[in-house]
Amino acid sequence: MSAKDRSTSVHAQDFRNGDGAAALLAAGIGSFAVALFALLADKSNAVKSAMIFYKPTGPLSGVTTSAIIVWLVAWAILHWRWHSSVITLRPITRAALILLVLSLLLTFPPIADLF
Amino acid sequence: MEITERSLMTLIHGMGFGALYLLACSGAIVELYRRYAPTCQTPVEVRDERFLSTYLVVMAALAWLTVLTGTYIIYPWYRAVPPPGTANLAGFPQRMLMANPSTIAWHSIGMEWKEYVAWLVPISITMAAAVFIRYGRNLRRHPELYSAVLGFVFVSIFAAGVAGFLGAMLNKYAPVEGGPNIQLLHGEKP
Repeated sequence: MSAKDRSTSVHAQDFRNGDGAAALLAAGIGSFAVALFALLADKSNAVKSAMIFYKPTGPLSGVTTSAIIVWLVAWAILHWRWHSSVITLRPITRAALILLVLSLLLTFPPIADLF
Repeated sequence: MEITERSLMTLIHGMGFGALYLLACSGAIVELYRRYAPTCQTPVEVRDERFLSTYLVVMAALAWLTVLTGTYIIYPWYRAVPPPGTANLAGFPQRMLMANPSTIAWHSIGMEWKEYVAWLVPISITMAAAVFIRYGRNLRRHPELYSAVLGFVFVSIFAAGVAGFLGAMLNKYAPVEGGPNIQLLHGEKP
């Protein structure tokens, strides 16, 4: 590999942002999953029962465990697809932050009760 | 000077892991802003980069310890159901709050928000730690990624602050008590 090729390769690596984008969007998805599962467990008795993974903790155990699984699976898939790419970050960061703010709002009971 | 086992565990969860996380947040934000903002020109040493990586990993560990102890140790004590006919609800915090119209909202809004919003914290800070470990000083070259990571850290402080405040208030109105007494110190006889 020539010096020029090496320089180009290092330069390209510096601007690769796919794995960062994957981590960011997955965190947004995981956060939203916490709020969504909490909302579903609150509205449906069937979901509430299904979310009891550990009886002393009740549905909270299933809601949070399921959300963590969704987050990690989303992260693994997005990382696998994007890790060596250069991604247009603006829509990804916007989506991740919107999902995060929505999850903050939807976990607040007076807002969740509107649904 | 005695403390019950459940009180001690609640202290470790809230004042140990949770409060330490909140204190650490300001340090992470200052460090990210001072050295890794896209407008920064000052060179970053490997030692500084390693320091923030370790700092964020410790923060993530604190966040996970806080939510896991809260969800799987404290919360079952909080929501314990008293046997029928129990008049003294002292060992049953949720029922104690729900028995009084002036405190019921601490459960129906306070605990209901706290138990879920707290879980946004470990997700956010784990992502921030992973992104920082991957990019380090090169985060300066990715302004949008930098801003989004900082945004998640800010939201994590807010969520941890909400959970911490509500936890303190819940424990004020209906303390999680019970279990064997632990002798901390022996005082002088009067």
